[in-house]
Amino acid sequence: MAKNMSMTKTPVAEQDPKVRARNFKEVTLGYTLEEAMLEAGRCLNCKNKPCVSGCPVGVRIPEFIEKLAAGDVEGAYEIIKSTNGLPAVCGRVCPQENQCEGKCVRGIKGEPVAIGRLERFCADYMREKGTAKVSKPESNGHKVAVVGAGPSGLTCAGDLAKLGYDVTVFEAFHTAGGVLMYGIPEFRLPKAVVQNEIDSLKDLGVNIMTNMVIGKVLSVDELFDMGYEACFIGSGAGLPRFMGIEGESLVGVYSANEYLTRINLMKAYLDDYDTPIKRSKAVAVVGGGNVAMDAARSAMRLGAEHVYIIYRRSEAEMPARREEIHHAKEEGIEFMLLNNPVKIIGDEKGYVKGIECVKMELGEPDASGRRSPVEVEGSNFVVDVDTVVMSIGTSPNPLIRTTTHGIEANKKGCLVVDENMCTTREGVYAGGDAVTGAATVILAMGAGKQAAKSIDEYIKNK
Amino acid sequence: MFEILQKRNLNDQVVLMEFSAPFIAKKAQAGQFIIFRADEKGERVPLTIADYDREKGTITIIFQTIGRSTMQLATLNVGDSILDVVGPLGVATHFDENVKKVAVVGGGVGCAIAYPQAKMLHSKGVEVDLIAGFRSKDIVILEDEMRAVSTNLYITTDDGTYGTKGFVTNVLKELIEKGNKYDAVVAIGPVPMMKFVCEVTRPYNIKTIVSLNPIMIDGTGMCGGCRVTVDGKIKYACVDGPDFDGHKVDFDELMRRNASYKEREAEERNHVCRLTGGKRNG
Repeated sequence: MAKNMSMTKTPVAEQDPKVRARNFKEVTLGYTLEEAMLEAGRCLNCKNKPCVSGCPVGVRIPEFIEKLAAGDVEGAYEIIKSTNGLPAVCGRVCPQENQCEGKCVRGIKGEPVAIGRLERFCADYMREKGTAKVSKPESNGHKVAVVGAGPSGLTCAGDLAKLGYDVTVFEAFHTAGGVLMYGIPEFRLPKAVVQNEIDSLKDLGVNIMTNMVIGKVLSVDELFDMGYEACFIGSGAGLPRFMGIEGESLVGVYSANEYLTRINLMKAYLDDYDTPIKRSKAVAVVGGGNVAMDAARSAMRLGAEHVYIIYRRSEAEMPARREEIHHAKEEGIEFMLLNNPVKIIGDEKGYVKGIECVKMELGEPDASGRRSPVEVEGSNFVVDVDTVVMSIGTSPNPLIRTTTHGIEANKKGCLVVDENMCTTREGVYAGGDAVTGAATVILAMGAGKQAAKSIDEYIKNK
Repeated sequence: MFEILQKRNLNDQVVLMEFSAPFIAKKAQAGQFIIFRADEKGERVPLTIADYDREKGTITIIFQTIGRSTMQLATLNVGDSILDVVGPLGVATHFDENVKKVAVVGGGVGCAIAYPQAKMLHSKGVEVDLIAGFRSKDIVILEDEMRAVSTNLYITTDDGTYGTKGFVTNVLKELIEKGNKYDAVVAIGPVPMMKFVCEVTRPYNIKTIVSLNPIMIDGTGMCGGCRVTVDGKIKYACVDGPDFDGHKVDFDELMRRNASYKEREAEERNHVCRLTGGKRNG
């Protein structure tokens, strides 16, 4: 077949920014079969496959794209599924620009192949077609416990189930999915898509127990007493950080975790749900990561007239994906860069009425290699807002490490693991944000995958 | 699912519910709480555990039908199931070994939580003065139960229709002034009551434990919605509490934060749809 030598990606349909800024429907609409096949034709099928080395779960990218280019979507999907349990999720939220697409040879002289969009297409196409249910593999008689039903836990559970393990996932919330359900908004990752991926894990035989806070209702030691031979901890990033400035307990100040959980998991944006959330006129979101973009774009969709991103460095240093920043700007989010909040101001009833900021300049590079911001003295000013969302990161939840013997954590509270994802206690593995601190879905999945492999070897060699 | 095995109305607004929750019952301790969600569209709401039965594998909660979610919960009957219950959350109440005499103060439905505290202390041989305050005679709850676990039970009503007329704080102050030496005071009830109990005990430097019940979502420290200021520092009631040293709690801030959604909820409750004449969730 003739290669498509276009220097740019085949464009993908998106909802109009003005329209989508007021609804929660998905922003990017995805390729049609024709578009997907056209884009698949851009892949050169290189021998050394740099894209695969950029994928934390090792998706055999050129192979699936080759099938897709030939119109064999099912074959393409099977190749993806063989190493990636959550393709519809990854196709949407992976930072492909730093991973597979970042290494694509086509990217040297133009845009890389739109690998993420192609992965998503395959998963969506097969879901809409209603694929045959996967059947439960034959049991090998070994029980493994997984703590946390987020990206790392679900990946670990899925891979172990495929090998015949009897896997139970313990989830603290009433719904499985972790950050895919409570954190990432519907307009970026529809919850029906996530649920579908979770249901396919259940078909594999993975047992999910919700409402189970490990460390409270059961300890890791008790899991071993119950006959689980190994345990994977993917309990997530946990506790939200605040700045420690005046006014953070005023009514109308949220952590991004709370704001997004109310909206995504608890569906505060739907009228028939009981979940309350502030209907804001003007919202300040503090931070520059993907979570900050999600919070800001959600606030806009809830009807705010002004939504500001307040970030202390410049756009170049923002940790958010370019695509997210671009989408946020298109939707009318106002970026207040090189500004840092110093105080949140309340009215006489204790409600937020403004946020005082100070202007910043970039100085010398700091430990992270980014130029560190320095305050411009006397440049303070006040922005009128009725809501503030703090999106400046999280620290790991201490619940498991404080209730489990023999598990070591570093100074930041992150669990210590070796290259096999084994913690300092035999039989206990960990991965995802609980180990790395806040990171990406795909890195968590990669860790879950490695842990599954290690757990399999551990149990086999016992 | 969490099947309801017993339901009793303690008064017009206060309901006792015992439901099956074997995992939680095995671990629950006095002072800890659960979070429930009555149905698919409901909120997650924390309630302190009033009692537990490890043998039967049950948990008992006592709640006032004050907001939409508790009203929804109260519509369930024996044989129905609560959709979601997670727990036991929070840190169990802790008393020093050498505590000999404690005043337990309960206000309204807070007595439902003061009662198990008194029961636990009483069973350890601690002398318990239990002061229980209610608005009026017709809403007095758990009188016999409280009497059984206290050395002295003092009931107060705001309108004087039963027991001593006035507030629990008056009785507590009188008892302290009469020379009763309390090693600790436990106060559980409406936030203003806890605040004023702390003001009574502060001059005497009596350690005062309060049980806080702020707005929460997950109950594991993830959302930060339940943050309270204690001794000038942010604490999360769900993981650091719900018990705190009352002399260090910023009660005014807690009252403001607890009222975050009150106006909106009242508005919605009274809203009658102009199209259908119906009420939302009604």
